[in-house]
Amino acid sequence: MASTTKPATKFLDGRRFTLLIFLPLPVLIFAVLVVYPMVDAALFSFYDWNGFGPMTDFVGLENYGDVLSHRHFPKAVRNTVIIVVASLALQLPLAMWMSLALIEKSWGVNAIRALFFLPFMLAEIATGLIWRFVYDGDYGILPAIGDVFGAELPYVLGDKVWVMPAIVLVIVWKYFGFHMMIYIAALQSISKEVIEAAQLDGVSKWKIILHIKIPMIKSAIMISVFFAMIGALQLFDLIFPINRWRAEPFKPHHCKLSLSIWYHTHEVRLWRFSQRAPVRWLRCDHPDIQTNIVITGVNQWLELAREMNSHGGNELAS
Amino acid sequence: MARARKRNELSWGQRISLLIVALFIIVPMFATAVGGFKEVGEMRTNPFGLPNSWDPHKFVEIINGPTLFPSMWNSLVVALGTVVLTIILSSMAAFTFAHIRFFGRKMLMSFMLLGLLFPAATAVLPLFLKLRDLGLLDTHLGIILAQTAFSLSFSVLLFHNFFSELPKELIEAARMDNCSDTKIYFHITLPLSLPIIATVGVFAFVASWNNFLLPLISLNTPEKYSWPLGIMQFRGEYGTDWSRILAYLTLTILPAIVFFLAAQRYIISGLTGGAVKG
Repeated sequence: MASTTKPATKFLDGRRFTLLIFLPLPVLIFAVLVVYPMVDAALFSFYDWNGFGPMTDFVGLENYGDVLSHRHFPKAVRNTVIIVVASLALQLPLAMWMSLALIEKSWGVNAIRALFFLPFMLAEIATGLIWRFVYDGDYGILPAIGDVFGAELPYVLGDKVWVMPAIVLVIVWKYFGFHMMIYIAALQSISKEVIEAAQLDGVSKWKIILHIKIPMIKSAIMISVFFAMIGALQLFDLIFPINRWRAEPFKPHHCKLSLSIWYHTHEVRLWRFSQRAPVRWLRCDHPDIQTNIVITGVNQWLELAREMNSHGGNELAS
Repeated sequence: MARARKRNELSWGQRISLLIVALFIIVPMFATAVGGFKEVGEMRTNPFGLPNSWDPHKFVEIINGPTLFPSMWNSLVVALGTVVLTIILSSMAAFTFAHIRFFGRKMLMSFMLLGLLFPAATAVLPLFLKLRDLGLLDTHLGIILAQTAFSLSFSVLLFHNFFSELPKELIEAARMDNCSDTKIYFHITLPLSLPIIATVGVFAFVASWNNFLLPLISLNTPEKYSWPLGIMQFRGEYGTDWSRILAYLTLTILPAIVFFLAAQRYIISGLTGGAVKG
């Protein structure tokens, strides 16, 4: 390192000066607005506190007990698990299948890729509204499709059985293109020689895919699993507009409750509407619930994060 | 010849599934786009076809209305603020991590990457309280700062990857010539980093433009609403008048699609060249 061999005659040499200018601001903003709130979230959950004044009423694990015994909680957990599992089990195979079909570049392929990726760029709120319309029992597209086939489809968003598949379908619509792009990039990085060697040996196309291509992009698959899980766990914007059944005033339809929506209904909104008469609103905090419930999931994130750190995210998919 | 052979590699199964998925993507968008031209009754009788008339009076009404343009303007201001701040702060931090050796460098970098695990949705309440304590509630500045903070991790990672791959000789040569690190950053690193600046900028812009939760919890004055809040408010007013809602949706989605087509290159290179390097 050239800079370290330079005689540091004064304390504020060029290196330190640069550090002093470049580092404090980003670190400060990050610490105050990201890390501090995270720590607070964990802390608040042990207190009974209305958000005003000092926090004095330590209640230990009482908040956690309240949450765990809340009548909607099991449903919220169940739905969240369904969303996570379904988005892994449906989205990723579909994304892989599509990426294998769209690997060779051509004009048409580029257009299809862009089309499949487009929903990912749309705002969640817009996506939610589009699908709220598609599913609308009176004016929507889905009942019309049912009519074509002569079937009377239920109002899916009001139906206990159909609501979760309906939401999973929206998730697939919006996010599979993102995973597809990750796979396409990884597949393109596989060296042509390997594939050609296998072809010369007479290995069939599907065997090449199954035994060479997919194992070689394992780390890209891990990345997409990571994003799919995080995304599924904090699904909020997407369900929010779908959740407003028949434009009633906000009243969560419990079939559609996922953890993040549940949290939002019971904490943020409850609190905003009762600001003048502070209620016991900080009963428990969502990230804590999640870390307790989905421990395996969280471990997976941490492991991936560690991997990202140690490689600087660089060799993850190469 | 080779081209023809490659085309033939697609099996019929693949072609059919491509077609089905393409329809699956297109139908909801198409229905949204034409829905604004249809009357409510028409939507029931003619759900898939083109509208009977292309009378754009609903679109005109919304464009002349009081919410659409002001709310999009607010979103634009917030998004541009977020983009500028994100690029400046994350490139500076990434530069020190990539090119300056100092005590605790690795630890600090890991600290900054923590945000990859915790997007804003996970700490909404404490974040809300923090903004309140800082007097930033109901301001665009508060949203800009919070969004920047939460986008720092990802963009520091992108910048760091890019900076590490710049030719070391260049930096060393500049150091030999007694060029200070600050000067290296401004005169060597940044000018070479335009592609990654574009990528980070596009990502920050899209994330901010689409953000709903943060404006929802922090903005109270309707005049300051961003467009996702505006559209939810509109939806609240018009209930099941889907024709109007779809017209409003189309008008808000259009700029996003145009932007996507224009910036597609940077978005895809960000996915493929940065975080998930192919």
